[in-house]
Amino acid sequence: MTIRIYVPKDACAIACGADEVVESIQAAALARKQPVEIIRTGSRGMLWLEPLVEVATPEGRIAYGPVEETDVEGLFEAGFLTGAAHALRIGKPEEHPFMAKQTRLTYARCGIVDPASYADYVAHGGYRGLERALALGPAEIIEEVKKSGLRGRGGAGFPTAIKWKTVADAKADRKYIVCNADEGDSGTFADRMIMEGDPFQLIEGMTIAGLAVGATKGFVYTRSEYPHAIWAMEKAIEAARAHGMLGVNIAGSQHSFDMEVRMGAGAYVCGEETALLDSLEGGRGTVRAKPPLPAHKGLFQKPTVINNVLSLVAVPHILADGAQKYMDFGMGRSRGTMPIQIAGNVKFGGLFETAFGITLGELINDIGGGTASGRPVKAAQVGGPLGAYVPTWQFDLPFDYEAFAAKDALIGHGGIVVFDENADMVKMARFAMEFCSVESCGKCTPCRIGSTRGVEVIDRIIAGERREKNLEVLKDLCQTMKLGSLCALGGFTPYPVLSALTHFPEEFGDTPRRLEAAE
Amino acid sequence: MPHYEPWSEERAQAVIGEFVHLEGPLMPMLHAVQETFGYVPDAVVPMLAEKLNVSRAEVHGVVTFYHDFRHEPAGQHVLKLCRAEACQAAGGDALAAHAEHKLGCKLGETTADGRVTVEPIYCLGLCATAPSAMLDGRIVARLNERRLDALISEAQS
Repeated sequence: MTIRIYVPKDACAIACGADEVVESIQAAALARKQPVEIIRTGSRGMLWLEPLVEVATPEGRIAYGPVEETDVEGLFEAGFLTGAAHALRIGKPEEHPFMAKQTRLTYARCGIVDPASYADYVAHGGYRGLERALALGPAEIIEEVKKSGLRGRGGAGFPTAIKWKTVADAKADRKYIVCNADEGDSGTFADRMIMEGDPFQLIEGMTIAGLAVGATKGFVYTRSEYPHAIWAMEKAIEAARAHGMLGVNIAGSQHSFDMEVRMGAGAYVCGEETALLDSLEGGRGTVRAKPPLPAHKGLFQKPTVINNVLSLVAVPHILADGAQKYMDFGMGRSRGTMPIQIAGNVKFGGLFETAFGITLGELINDIGGGTASGRPVKAAQVGGPLGAYVPTWQFDLPFDYEAFAAKDALIGHGGIVVFDENADMVKMARFAMEFCSVESCGKCTPCRIGSTRGVEVIDRIIAGERREKNLEVLKDLCQTMKLGSLCALGGFTPYPVLSALTHFPEEFGDTPRRLEAAE
Repeated sequence: MPHYEPWSEERAQAVIGEFVHLEGPLMPMLHAVQETFGYVPDAVVPMLAEKLNVSRAEVHGVVTFYHDFRHEPAGQHVLKLCRAEACQAAGGDALAAHAEHKLGCKLGETTADGRVTVEPIYCLGLCATAPSAMLDGRIVARLNERRLDALISEAQS
């Protein structure tokens, strides 16, 4: 009897040796004359366990991990094809505490289905959202998205339905759906995982967006650092076309929608929506002044919906199961679920999808298991290179757009990078400024020149040159960048810098305030 | 090891020609040129300008804006080390210093024998299994000194 084995084709699994494990399994099975069928899935998101190999047994899938190619012979000997005991046996992946604590809506299929298989997607509830969207019509689709409370998952948290309504109301001969998959923030990989693990969901989400606003063409703009995601998306687009779900008269309707994947070229600023549009058009990725909004004059000056991957992939679920079900998750004005990415110096790193409201401490200490190095946690940078460093004494902060904003921090794209006590906060602050100076598109002065001056000022502080004065200059410079920059690159670079300075002043040689009070 | 073609104007025209039907074709064209020749030769700039009916300055501006586009061929192998925050948190600094020491050149440079170009990269999206690297398009996570040494030996051989 042929036994089914599932091995992720996710870039993270491949980087941890999944392809070599597949070869070893094939060789070991051949030697034993045991027919096996290996299905390459996405990742479940328990990334510290990658490569996570799953075997289909009568009791369900049984997982083993992290499997190295040298473990394969031992796994066969132990009888892993029947789900037998082994030091690497995890049991049923969905029962693992890391998975059992999650609310998986967007990532429900990720790691389970074959991302290249249209049939698998449909068998697991795919295209139910589009079916309902076709029955509802544009106005009703937007109303449903509005009711769900979905906010842009790229970082800004702007209500998705308002954006869609603006484009729907705009008159033009051509409109576009652009998916921002330029996931450049360190510590984030949710877009990559969904494109590699469940690409049809993004196609479905973009198709629904197209129906809602009357757009017939979509672009997924992603990074050259993501070759596996590009490959998976292109495969899925081909399959969707072959099944009549992209192209003319999609799903037998009167509507047409088609899409393309486009690759950036290593410019971080192209994750900013207007820079992304310029890049798509074939220009330098420079930020545009707003207005006009992309919703009025976007790609090629046509009305354009530009949404993050995570916003678009939430849509099929909202349409399929209704806005209310999505709305029921979350807190305050942050509704639904957020795929949180736990990374950096952490024991159990991975993707954790949960309703808004969970605290940072729970995520890092309980779910993430603290640092991988075993040393105490010092701080976590949340929201990528432009996100604040949150110190341990603020770990009771709930994951919520407003709660983070109140503490001068941001959720961004939901990435958490954990640092242990060895982290040098002055160096991290300097890195933030340096990164900004390298990646600045150059259009506005506060970002282009401010970041360069920021590096110089921090260097002077490190050298002990007129420390007090230079700290004042640094704070003033951050204020200028924050208020005067055209986009979030210059505008948010002060977050990591100022948070490092505020929470760890002693490292900058500043006299800690509590000591002043004691004198 | 990637095999690139020697420069040929005719070949470049053919490569560029494949993308003329696209909306916003310049980026796909530049990627294709680099994939073919290993870099974006100066000679291709006027060809692109003519094809797209834009100025040479505009094309030059685009080529020089993006970190990915090379202005001269790289070494035989390209080793990219992730230098973003998650990899820094997991010990990436020490590994970058180790690589520079072993190769005898700084990040962004090519070894004297032209075998290895070592470059920083800002995030491969493998942040939960950091630090990470990429050797000629092959990604490696959970990098440590032993694994890095193996990658360097492979690149040097």
